[in-house]
Amino acid sequence: MQALSYIEGVAAPLPIPNLDTDQIMPKQFLKGIDKEGLAEGVLYDFRFDDEGASRPDCVLNQTAYKGADILVGAENFGCGSSREHAVWGLMQFGIKAVIAPSFGEIFYSNAINNRLLVARVSDRDADRITSVIKANPGIAVALDIEALTIAVAEEKMPFQLAPRHRDAFLGGLDMIETTLKETNKIKAFAAEWAAKSPWLDNVGGKVALSENPGKAIS
Amino acid sequence: MKSCSQARTLYRKMVDSHTVQILDEHNVLLYVDLHLMNEYTSPQAFAGLDAADRAVAVPGAHVAVVDHIIPTHPVTPRIIQDPASALQALNLRRNCERHGITLYDTNDERQGIEHIIAPELGMIRPGMVVLCGDSHTTTYGALGALGFGIGTSEIEHILATQTLVYRVASEMRIRVDGQLPLGASAKDLILHIIGNIGAQGARGYAVEFCGAAIDALSVEARMTLCNMAVEAGARAALIAPDKKTIEYVLARASDIDDDMRDRAVSAWASLFSDENASVEKMFHFEASDVEPQVTWGTSPDQTVGVTRPTPALESISSPMQQEAARRAFQYMGLAPGASLLGLPVQRVFIGSCTNARIEDLRVVAGMVQGRRVAEGVRAMVVPGSGSVRRQAEQEGIADILMVAGFEWRQPGCSMCLAMNDDVLEPQERCASTTNRNFEGRQGRAGRTHLMSPAMAAAAAIAGKIIDVRTLTI
Repeated sequence: MQALSYIEGVAAPLPIPNLDTDQIMPKQFLKGIDKEGLAEGVLYDFRFDDEGASRPDCVLNQTAYKGADILVGAENFGCGSSREHAVWGLMQFGIKAVIAPSFGEIFYSNAINNRLLVARVSDRDADRITSVIKANPGIAVALDIEALTIAVAEEKMPFQLAPRHRDAFLGGLDMIETTLKETNKIKAFAAEWAAKSPWLDNVGGKVALSENPGKAIS
Repeated sequence: MKSCSQARTLYRKMVDSHTVQILDEHNVLLYVDLHLMNEYTSPQAFAGLDAADRAVAVPGAHVAVVDHIIPTHPVTPRIIQDPASALQALNLRRNCERHGITLYDTNDERQGIEHIIAPELGMIRPGMVVLCGDSHTTTYGALGALGFGIGTSEIEHILATQTLVYRVASEMRIRVDGQLPLGASAKDLILHIIGNIGAQGARGYAVEFCGAAIDALSVEARMTLCNMAVEAGARAALIAPDKKTIEYVLARASDIDDDMRDRAVSAWASLFSDENASVEKMFHFEASDVEPQVTWGTSPDQTVGVTRPTPALESISSPMQQEAARRAFQYMGLAPGASLLGLPVQRVFIGSCTNARIEDLRVVAGMVQGRRVAEGVRAMVVPGSGSVRRQAEQEGIADILMVAGFEWRQPGCSMCLAMNDDVLEPQERCASTTNRNFEGRQGRAGRTHLMSPAMAAAAAIAGKIIDVRTLTI
């Protein structure tokens, strides 16, 4: 993956608390075995009415915010289902960063693993950014990942990103490759752990082979 | 990070025992004992593995099941008609065969919802780290196992390395004293807790439940409780294993022989929070305050005791929360401040990883025996697994349900998230034993009211939302 240190673009306001991943990527778009074709599903019921026509009241359909690069959400953005399709879809839709006071835990990890920037800001700063981009539709918002700052209009404010996650954005590390370098350590740990707790070792395989699993349901 | 020599919480003991390597101040490389997979969040992980030409590190530490997309029509053999869904099931079979992973396939008699079959087949044991690409993996805390949901990139990481790069959670303890009143169940307790602390009240925390009311719950009821902890944002839920837990596990874990059993039981005896172990946040609830709950909105924290009115908009102080509530009332077709009692329902759904175990079905059968589902109501029971279904048939529960007018379906996730053909029509109102009332979750414009199995059964009989305590009298 390529390094990424600076994101600038149009930001759309979505000040909806607890915006869950069922809404970000509805069930009918989860039927693939690859990651393709998910842009259409992004916030589908927000963007389209029952007949499939664009809803004019949805910011993502309004000219000024069309092709938005950044979303400014509210607390607990991306809560609920673990579906990583929500992150893949947002990125295919063109979103490079989501700014919000807090994120659903699994969504947050999924975003980091795909290098969708999840920028945590204070409630106050989220409100400020939302006000500015509502008052000036289409105004540019910039996120500097090295400095951990957001710039919009004349304002500048910090955002939070753990050092490890910041490094992942700046360096573009392959996490699996990094972990695989520790294979010997993992194998040694596993052998010791299996000797100490053999009842936790290879349980999937053992249960499948054991006679009459689930024999005593009462 | 806290040092190992200090008094430690159960959560900290679990993390410490599985730490292969400390990566930095907040992250560890966590060893994963068991990983469960379904057909819809795993395909891209296998594809990623193949693209990088990597092998599955420990095939015996994974188990897969077809559950989310499977139709539940009561016909055998079960055939998935929808081509895309059929391809997901076929793809899972191919992936499991190629990598030597156990699969409980469409027509396997042990098939069922992942979080139902894993405990009932004896796979979940105290002290285990068990992960799954599904947010309701928090269920396993009920057995003293550390379980939590992960994304597809993390599934790929586990397949390749048997570990996870894990951000260690903050810690919370929720103590519930006293005794749940008649008519209130573990479902009502967890909705009550979520309603009080909010949909992000436990966000970022591993939550340990304790207290007399938790001790009194059955193992299956504890699973209901831990299952929905994620709806308060919890990263994980835990309950220290006790005699009930150990009996439950040993009755099912048929690979644990006599010799191993004594060692295991003695190791499990250390799985509790030390007396002086501190946590960042604590909540205290009285079980006697818990009423049967019904959700009124589109977030699980939008819930009330069934005899109480829904909130008036003016009573919500935050403008953003007030706007969210206004939107939720509008979506649900409800007036703010009114009671939910007497609200007609068109559908009743009893199922899901929250409430489709045998104890749940026994409660429902007890409620509906000798009664009929109200005219105009379509009521479905989707057992959590093939084992639960057979058990219910043996106990006569299935007959009671069918005589009462319920559809008796095949196991799967079904209308909890409506990825198969069990879907609400627009504006249909459903009394549901599931875990999420999100907009469109059970079908576009569908209106979900979360509640306990007893409350859903009562709604089926009455044709409207009623207080279960008035039906039993």
